[in-house]
Amino acid sequence: MKIIVCIKQVPDTETQIKIAPGGAAIVTDDIKWVMNPYDEFGVEEALRIKEKLGGDVTVVGLGPKRVTESIRTALAMGADKGVLINDPALDGSDSLAVSKALAAVIKGLEFDIIFTGQRGIDEDQGLVGACLADLLGIPQVSLAVKVEVAADGKSVKINRPVEGQTLVVEAGLPVLITAQKGLNEPRYASLPGIMKAKKKPLEEKTLKDLGLDPAEFGVAGRRLKIMQITPPPARAAGRIVQGETPQEKAVELARLLHEEAKLI
Amino acid sequence: MAQGVWAVAEQRDGVFRKISYEIVSEGRRLADKLGQKLTAVVLGASVKDKAAELGQYGADRVLVADDPRLGQYTTDAYVEVLGQLVKADQPAVLIMGASVQGKDLSARLSGRLGVGMAQDCTSFSVEEGGLVAIRPIYAGKAYAKVTFENSYPQMATARPNVMSISAPDTGRSCEVVSASFTLDDAAIKTKIVDSIKDASGKIDLTEADKIVSGGRGMKGPENFKVLEELAAVIGASVGASRSAVDAGWRPHSDQVGQTGKVVSPTLYVACGISGAIQHLAGMSTSKVIVAINKDAEAPIFQKADYGVVGDLFEVVPALTEAVKKYI
Ligand SMILES: Cc1cc2nc3c(=O)[nH]c(=O)nc-3n(C[C@H](O)[C@H](O)[C@H](O)COP(=O)(O)OP(=O)(O)OC[C@H]3O[C@@H](n4cnc5c(N)ncnc54)[C@H](O)[C@@H]3O)c2cc1C
Ligand SMILES: Nc1ncnc2c1ncn2[C@@H]1O[C@H](COP(=O)(O)O)[C@@H](O)[C@H]1O
Repeated sequence: MKIIVCIKQVPDTETQIKIAPGGAAIVTDDIKWVMNPYDEFGVEEALRIKEKLGGDVTVVGLGPKRVTESIRTALAMGADKGVLINDPALDGSDSLAVSKALAAVIKGLEFDIIFTGQRGIDEDQGLVGACLADLLGIPQVSLAVKVEVAADGKSVKINRPVEGQTLVVEAGLPVLITAQKGLNEPRYASLPGIMKAKKKPLEEKTLKDLGLDPAEFGVAGRRLKIMQITPPPARAAGRIVQGETPQEKAVELARLLHEEAKLI
Repeated sequence: MAQGVWAVAEQRDGVFRKISYEIVSEGRRLADKLGQKLTAVVLGASVKDKAAELGQYGADRVLVADDPRLGQYTTDAYVEVLGQLVKADQPAVLIMGASVQGKDLSARLSGRLGVGMAQDCTSFSVEEGGLVAIRPIYAGKAYAKVTFENSYPQMATARPNVMSISAPDTGRSCEVVSASFTLDDAAIKTKIVDSIKDASGKIDLTEADKIVSGGRGMKGPENFKVLEELAAVIGASVGASRSAVDAGWRPHSDQVGQTGKVVSPTLYVACGISGAIQHLAGMSTSKVIVAINKDAEAPIFQKADYGVVGDLFEVVPALTEAVKKYI
């Protein structure tokens, strides 16, 4: 199996979001960057398939130099090689542009299965997997919680929960699968893994290397424009429900939910 | 020149899902602001008879793509057909629900058409004749106001439970039109081989009007019974913090938070949940938040409209009894 995993670097979930002067971007100075948690599930699943059926795993990331760290993390987990698309012209690109650049790299590789995360926990768009699959002309199955590759390596069965039920979808290869929580428990990189990762191939590509026109990328190439970023609307200060005993508090809460909030 | 607003409805087994009424109602409001016509779009098998109902929520016209292969949603078939319809008609605005299906379909359609796309929006407006959307980012730690640049249709999905449903106007008539399209079997590369209904039959957290969630303070899986009882009385779905999920007490699909489900119910009751930033991120757009926690210093109280400091094993059963009076 030839497997590709796309990984995005995002601010750690602990990050408090601060808005940059100008109001259309966030302050990135003190951010700790990590691999998008959903992409960890993709890396883990790719490794499990490789361990079962053989083959190799390539991780592809797009972003500035710091993304190398996340690619090395995936290599330390057990992926075989990495590609970083790094070009200043990519700064501020929207999902569509990112998908185009990823597609350009992936078209030059062999693949049976591509994993992406179901969404980036930064802008919560969840577009790149589907756009990439469309650009490559392959089917996508989103929100996988179980992936079973047939023993002959020709097809795959995927469980994907939709509201109230779980669908079992069968697809031929190649296919793009988006990963979500529940798919697996990602492994930690071992110390020998980390040592080995340092020697694994990690290639860097610019837009020019990929034959792409920088004018279509970056802020200028965005189809979805960010006008303004604001803090979430402030919540009015809440109150502590009074009462001597748990029963009294419960009765008072029920009354407030009924009379004031009008919810029950 | 792109013209008109499209609201893509969602049906399952021939029945419109609630989000469809939200989308058509919101589509009407946008169409009025733009001074344009609203088309509701329905894809399915033998759905034509039901389609006219969407007129009552404001559609001027319902465009129906009827085909046995559209009975059950597959990305391939739906994108193929909807893509053709959009190219033929060139709407200026296209909205659908940010349900599992809507997110999947809209994402791929934006790739197919090469247009910008705003996922999971909480409000829409019109500025200078263009669609403007507000969308929570970083799971609600910030809000982005977005618009489209030379990109038609202007495409967006709306978070379930946020857009209000207009009162149906039974006197309103609308035209039902059969769409023409071609669908080649070879275009459908995935097949649904089985569907397993959730045993619980509960409403998915992303669509639930009320949620009662439990965290590490629940102490064990068996204790979620007290939350189930409260949930049953007030008509809520049960959710969980990551700690409760990682402990194996609850399924992954129950996790609320930045790496779980992002929810916006009218009522969110957090029991034995401390209020970590990743949890708050996933539920802070709830209309009313209640926290029940024995630690008065727990950060969840900062976000709660109503806080009860106490032992959840005493407070929750008492609350279940107390609310019965009002139901
Ligand atoms: C990458 C990453 C992603 C994450 N994503 C998520 C996510 O999506 N969702 C999420 O929820 N978390 C997430 N977390 C975890 C998060 O940081 C917290 O660890 C988690 O939310 C804590 O869960 P909790 O509130 O249930 O547990 P705790 O923080 O242990 O809180 C338990 C609370 O229960 C109270 N309590 C105990 N007994 C009782 C009692 N008898 N009556 C009343 N109160 C009682 C305690 O006072 C305490 O406040 C993530 C963490 C990381 C690192
Ligand atoms: N810059 C990027 N580099 C590599 N993969 C990406 C990038 N952006 C998005 N992806 C992939 O697409 C998924 C969804 O991201 P998004 O559409 O940005 O929410 C991520 O989990 C990644 O797998």
